[in-house]
Amino acid sequence: MRFVDEFRDAELGRAVAAEILAAVEPGRHYKVMEVCGGHTHSIYKYGVDDLLPSNVELVHGPGCPVCVIPMGRVDDAIAVAHEDGVIFACFGDMMRVPGSAGTLLDAKAEGADVRMVYSPLDALRIARQNPDRQVVFFAIGFETTAPSTALTLKRAKAEGLRNFSCFCNHVTIVPPLRALLESPDLRLDGFIGPGHVCTVVGARPFEFIPSDYGKPVVISGFEPLDLLQSVHMILRQLGMGRSEVELQYSRVVPYEGNLRALEVMAEVFELRPHFEWRGLGFISQSALRLTPDYADFDAEVRYEVPGVRVADPKACQCGEVLKGVIKPWECKVFGTACTPEHAIGTCMVSPEGACAAYYNYGRFARDKEVV
Amino acid sequence: MRSEERVLEIIETARSKRPRFKDERVTMAHGAGGKATQTLVEGLLAPAFGMTELADAGTVGDLALTTDSFVVRPIRFPGGSIGELAVNGTVNDLAVAGARPQAMSVSLVLEEGLDAAALRSEVDAMATAAAVAGVDVVTGDTKVVERGHADAMYVCTTGLGRIDPRARMSTKALRPGDRILISGSIGEHGTAIMLARGEFELDAPIESDTRCLWPAVDALLEAAGAHLRCMRDATRGGVASALNELARASQVAMIVREADVPVRPEVAGAAELLGIDPMYVANEGKLVAFVDPAGVDDALAALRSVPGCELAAEIGEVRTEPPAMVLVETAFGGRRVMDLLAGDPLPRIC
Repeated sequence: MRFVDEFRDAELGRAVAAEILAAVEPGRHYKVMEVCGGHTHSIYKYGVDDLLPSNVELVHGPGCPVCVIPMGRVDDAIAVAHEDGVIFACFGDMMRVPGSAGTLLDAKAEGADVRMVYSPLDALRIARQNPDRQVVFFAIGFETTAPSTALTLKRAKAEGLRNFSCFCNHVTIVPPLRALLESPDLRLDGFIGPGHVCTVVGARPFEFIPSDYGKPVVISGFEPLDLLQSVHMILRQLGMGRSEVELQYSRVVPYEGNLRALEVMAEVFELRPHFEWRGLGFISQSALRLTPDYADFDAEVRYEVPGVRVADPKACQCGEVLKGVIKPWECKVFGTACTPEHAIGTCMVSPEGACAAYYNYGRFARDKEVV
Repeated sequence: MRSEERVLEIIETARSKRPRFKDERVTMAHGAGGKATQTLVEGLLAPAFGMTELADAGTVGDLALTTDSFVVRPIRFPGGSIGELAVNGTVNDLAVAGARPQAMSVSLVLEEGLDAAALRSEVDAMATAAAVAGVDVVTGDTKVVERGHADAMYVCTTGLGRIDPRARMSTKALRPGDRILISGSIGEHGTAIMLARGEFELDAPIESDTRCLWPAVDALLEAAGAHLRCMRDATRGGVASALNELARASQVAMIVREADVPVRPEVAGAAELLGIDPMYVANEGKLVAFVDPAGVDDALAALRSVPGCELAAEIGEVRTEPPAMVLVETAFGGRRVMDLLAGDPLPRIC
């Protein structure tokens, strides 16, 4: 596959791995966080970890949109799905995320009309095809997916659709990163920045990480060579005592972002005063809701959502995993009470979740270069 | 003290245990061929019927018996249709058990309102596929249910075959050092169906690989019958699930070299866009065969001489450690576990 295989070249991978080995200081341990769940998935899928020396540790960050949805919101979604006449459309990963009493997949088996879609436009199409039913789209994701929800809502409004609404759970990446950086138990040397989010917001919003916290950020693509190169760029900055935002994913990310997408988002969404993140608690101005102009399309206005806050299960340490304080296997319930088949925490549900990725892939690493 | 090693041991122990069926309701995951399906079969059905070996076909004396049901949507798709699939799927379960297909039954569950031309076309497709496979349809049944209580038509079949005297196979026969062969490129059937549903607005010339596997099995038995340990057709859940089931049955490890697994570029491209791993995508005309090293060259040459199996390849081998696990050596030079899927192969969302 052209434009894909080039970024998965094993020989180049070994060459970059050798450069990385040459760039590390013996005796120093490096912790680098990949912010985005997509990166976590690639790291395990290709075994990128296996090519790094033993003193370079990748820590999985809070950037999996499924992993950060709190239980209460899943309960709200299930309540809406059970409303009379509702067709509840959501992404596949979201169907297996446990609320306090089951998942959307269970709700479907109990009779709710829950349908898996691949794009918000699919949900819109279902609405057009079923004018006598109410279609609710469960919108989740960071700035990467928010513009497509915004465009869908604009289209629904333009068409004057009366039977389409959106249960909005879009979140923004900068506030949780800032919260992480403020947390006293965090020890990180640098960040692999979220490439896809940056295609929308650009690189500028991440400048606070070097300027306020003195940590390097390299915005990275998702292929294994992208990731290796980004690790190398971070190590090089550390070696030279620099900390700045660098763009590894320049083939896709403009430094200023996508202005059209940002405009559409600003038209449809506004910031919520605060939003609960799984494991991280309430973070102010960290999520989006529909503007009053789009109130007719807001499922939270249209339906009585219970809105009950459900505490994370006590045994679950998703929060610490998301903060990179512990490794997945260090969680008390990892692999015993919490498995991909019966997940307690959301980190185990999505294949992008740090725990699911570790459970599925991260167990038979090769002998690493010990430094 | 929980060390990483200890945690991994706990996971392994849990994986090797027979799963228990504890779910409150049947969900779509139970039909996806992954872990939930395994729980249903190994946790509820096998113990209830006292079955110790879970094979594609059961044996009674020198006869092999299999059964299957077909509920594919849409009923027609590029490269085939439900009728052709029903016959091929049934004879393939016999073939990979080392049995020459002889006879089958066909039961139709039809939805009220089904277009007669569509029905006629599927009956014709069954007759043609049966003739190609050399199997007689000797009995059947028909039922009609109210509109909305079935989706167009379902086909249930039984297949009867005679165990070939050249075959010496068992799901528990795998030994370290055995080589893993695949009879051609993977992932075509599942991808064709996904695209035919029109949910992705993707267009690619991908056809289902539905075909009768008896010629491939016949060639393998002739060339390397004594070296052939076991075969399986890589249907629902794909090659990954077939390998996992056998690794579990024989309590061996397997290592698969990703770069050696044939995948057509169109399939690789669609899978890439949808965030799906072709290893988990259904095939309807591909088998995996386990051959001891002495027979591997003959087996591979024999397979490649069969029309439709030109891309047959050796993709890995059987090891001892860790038992019941399938590992993949990625083309990039890393390694990972290739487990059964926990749910449907869901496209990633960002």
